[in-house]
Amino acid sequence: MGTRREPHTNLIGLAKVDYNGSPTTLCQGCGHNSIASQVIQVAFELSVKPHEIIKLSGIGCSSKSPAYFLGQSHGLNGLHGRMPSLATGALLANHQLRGIGVSGDGDTASIGLGQFKHLLRRNVRLVYIVENNGVYGLTKGQFSATADEGQALKYAGVNELPPIDICMEAVIAGCGFVARSFSGDAKQVRELLKAALSHRGTAVLDIISPCVAFNNHDTSTKSYGYGKDHEAPLHDFGWVPPAEEIEIAEYDPGEMRVVEMHDGSHIQLRKLEEDYDPTDKLGALHRLQWAQEQQEFITGLIYYDPERPSLAEVSRLTDTPLALLDAEKIRPSAQALAEIMAGLQ
Amino acid sequence: MGLVELMPQNMVAVTRPSIINDFSLVAATANGTGSQTANLTILRALFKMGIPVNGKNIFPSNIQGLPTWYHIRVSKDGYIARRHTSEILLAFNQATVAEDIKNLPPGGVCLVNADWRNIPQRDDVTMYAIPVNQFVKETGTTGKQKDYVANMVYVGAAAQLLGIPLEKIEEALSFHFSGKRKLIDLNLNVVKAAHAWTAEQILKSDPYSVEPMNETEGLILMTGNEAAGLGSVFGGVTFAAWYPITPSTSLIDALNEYLPQLRRDPETGEHHYVVVQAEDELAAIGMLLGAGWAGARAMTATSGPGISLMAEFAGLGYFAEIPAVIWDIQRVGPSTGLPTRTGQGDVTFVYYLGHGDTKNVILFPSTIKECFEFGTTAHNLADQLQTPVFVLSDLDLGMNNWMSEPFDYPAEPIQRGKVLRGDEIPLDWGRYVDVDGDGVGYRTLPGDENWRSAWFARGTGHNARATYSERPSDWHENMERLRRKFDTARDMVPGPVIDEVEEAEIGIIAYGTTRYAIEEARDRLAADGVKTSFMRLRALPVNEAVRDFIRRYKQVYVIEMNRDGQMHAILQTEAPELATRLISLAYLDGMPLTARWVVEAISKQ
Repeated sequence: MGTRREPHTNLIGLAKVDYNGSPTTLCQGCGHNSIASQVIQVAFELSVKPHEIIKLSGIGCSSKSPAYFLGQSHGLNGLHGRMPSLATGALLANHQLRGIGVSGDGDTASIGLGQFKHLLRRNVRLVYIVENNGVYGLTKGQFSATADEGQALKYAGVNELPPIDICMEAVIAGCGFVARSFSGDAKQVRELLKAALSHRGTAVLDIISPCVAFNNHDTSTKSYGYGKDHEAPLHDFGWVPPAEEIEIAEYDPGEMRVVEMHDGSHIQLRKLEEDYDPTDKLGALHRLQWAQEQQEFITGLIYYDPERPSLAEVSRLTDTPLALLDAEKIRPSAQALAEIMAGLQ
Repeated sequence: MGLVELMPQNMVAVTRPSIINDFSLVAATANGTGSQTANLTILRALFKMGIPVNGKNIFPSNIQGLPTWYHIRVSKDGYIARRHTSEILLAFNQATVAEDIKNLPPGGVCLVNADWRNIPQRDDVTMYAIPVNQFVKETGTTGKQKDYVANMVYVGAAAQLLGIPLEKIEEALSFHFSGKRKLIDLNLNVVKAAHAWTAEQILKSDPYSVEPMNETEGLILMTGNEAAGLGSVFGGVTFAAWYPITPSTSLIDALNEYLPQLRRDPETGEHHYVVVQAEDELAAIGMLLGAGWAGARAMTATSGPGISLMAEFAGLGYFAEIPAVIWDIQRVGPSTGLPTRTGQGDVTFVYYLGHGDTKNVILFPSTIKECFEFGTTAHNLADQLQTPVFVLSDLDLGMNNWMSEPFDYPAEPIQRGKVLRGDEIPLDWGRYVDVDGDGVGYRTLPGDENWRSAWFARGTGHNARATYSERPSDWHENMERLRRKFDTARDMVPGPVIDEVEEAEIGIIAYGTTRYAIEEARDRLAADGVKTSFMRLRALPVNEAVRDFIRRYKQVYVIEMNRDGQMHAILQTEAPELATRLISLAYLDGMPLTARWVVEAISKQ
């Protein structure tokens, strides 16, 4: 009676349930499940056609999650740390598709760091989600390369090494969309996901996603408690689809920054405590370094550069995906062979 | 040092029977001095004369300075295997000249730079000395150019001494420099000057010469890697990813040459292909599997160390059943090994590449024509069998120039295998359901609007519907189906080529480039009354024809270029009941096999 109900179907006639995947097998309360839910919600809200999405992942708890969303999309669960190469091949073979890749901190910052950096260098059109919990879950509690320096874990002891900052690595590698978020901040995750799907190249979302089994105690910066108490958004982040008008007038221009994306959509950044400019690369690196030194949990869009073309764009591909070219398009004529043979005699 | 001083006195007066179109020549030079242009000029000029030839570049793993030997076999009888010794030496590397002269057989011939001091003398070798510096000075060239010019001096002198007409040298230079007149003339002028000087100043006293034949008319001369690249372009490759590694790089170079010529949209100029230089071989095969899963015809070219890096992904390709084509241009391992030498040492590694129960389809080309044809065959098999297909070539085939009939336009249509699209996808479709009993399921491609098309490819245990499963029966059934699929492959891959000789008691099995030494050895053995039959394998897994061949001979020699007899071991497991008939004759030192080795190895048995 009078309660607000979500519409049953979206613009393409799909219900939210149509974006579900298999039931999760991750731990109850795992941050990764919350992220999967936001992917489902966003795909539903944006009326994403499931067949236009491919899901990719490496190995680890995080990499299981593509099975838990968008069950009507093709998926490829590959090798530990090697999702970037699979995504590169798939998204060149069919550049009309959009990719959602899910990785973890072990998958990205350790075994897969090389492929991660080269993916970003190539700017493959992929939403690259890192479900970052600072710990290895499936092998029961070893430190990952993003774990805090000086942190103690029950079995692993004390971590003596400095963490790898995934966002900093992404900025340095030339990524044009670098964001950090917190799985406990569903609204921000959703808005960032929407913007990431509109980005023309690789969009990195480093989402702190607590591991309830091995790394959720208060001394960890990757815990729910820490995240809730310390999350410091750089701005109130919003995304506006291409067709919708931006009502900028109601904000003080000094309070609101609007950035147009490649597909005509817009990013809205409402100033919070600081005036942060995500299009300043050196500023972004400086802010990330400062945050690491102060153990600040900054979230939001850290760096944005819409200018770099994607790998598919620089490859000058025809509209028809390579995967779908007819036989006569992929085999030259007998005449062409005869001419080459004549030239070799 | 004058000519007369160099000429062994006992040779001058002796008239020896002339030897025409039947010798080996070796050009000893330093790497990176442009000698390859000179060597290929001689090779192609001989080829243009209609004489059967083969050139083998024995080069170092180095950019500049280390010794290189280019062997040219000239054979009126058409034998193109390497020989143990070369009768004619073009000694143009001062660092190796002493050793090179020592290696000449008695009665050999040496063309040497007259400007060098302390050239070792041999009474049983004809020595010709050419004042190279004089010609270089005359051209007025400086710096690195001097080396290039110096190489053309030996081309001119050798042409005169052997009787290669200057117009054939010009044709060869014109081919090499794609008709660019200025470059042709620069080189040709040096050749002519050296040719004229040699005619005037040197009294030929050796028996070796060439005469025109009619054995190469209509033939082409090409490297295996170029043929493989061209064949892949006609085989419908749409995606290539690779990492540079000797000796496979020139295969990708060929793709990069032919794809822009042949596979652009004629109207828009947009590409019907993409070639990605990956960060390593691991990423290269990852890209292949991503592309193959999405529906592209994906390939790479690599060599042993690259194959090592690809092991884990090969297992994923096998188990998730994703097509891909991997050319392994074999060099000599383990580890870095001998990167610029040839071998057949990757056979067992590739056959079983991947952990757990893995077996891979392998093709073995032995000619450049097969390299071209397998460009189509490999992609078709990969699509039809939905699995990575490996092609094992080697450095000798891949990087050296071979004669061949021109390649025929592929008779095999482009086969994409069992792919369901849109409404073709039945309600009860499951990715790995063995509908046809051949172990090969029906796949769908990402991007298909039919919601039923979606499936989840994975390296984890799965059932016939591609759903995650740890059930023992699911695992077992899936692996048994993969075995069934491998059995299906047996009669789909190119079968063996068998030359059966009546009353032969010896069978020989080989694959790849060892065939040339074996064919020559069989003729020699036959001349001595030893009859042999020969089966050349063109693929793994083997089929019944292979077992039948083994069954017919009490002794079957498996000849190959590795230490442990890798194919021998595979055949023993493929035909355990016949294992004791199989005798391994395996040898590897980095050089192509010779007929002499084969004859001796068989005769010793």
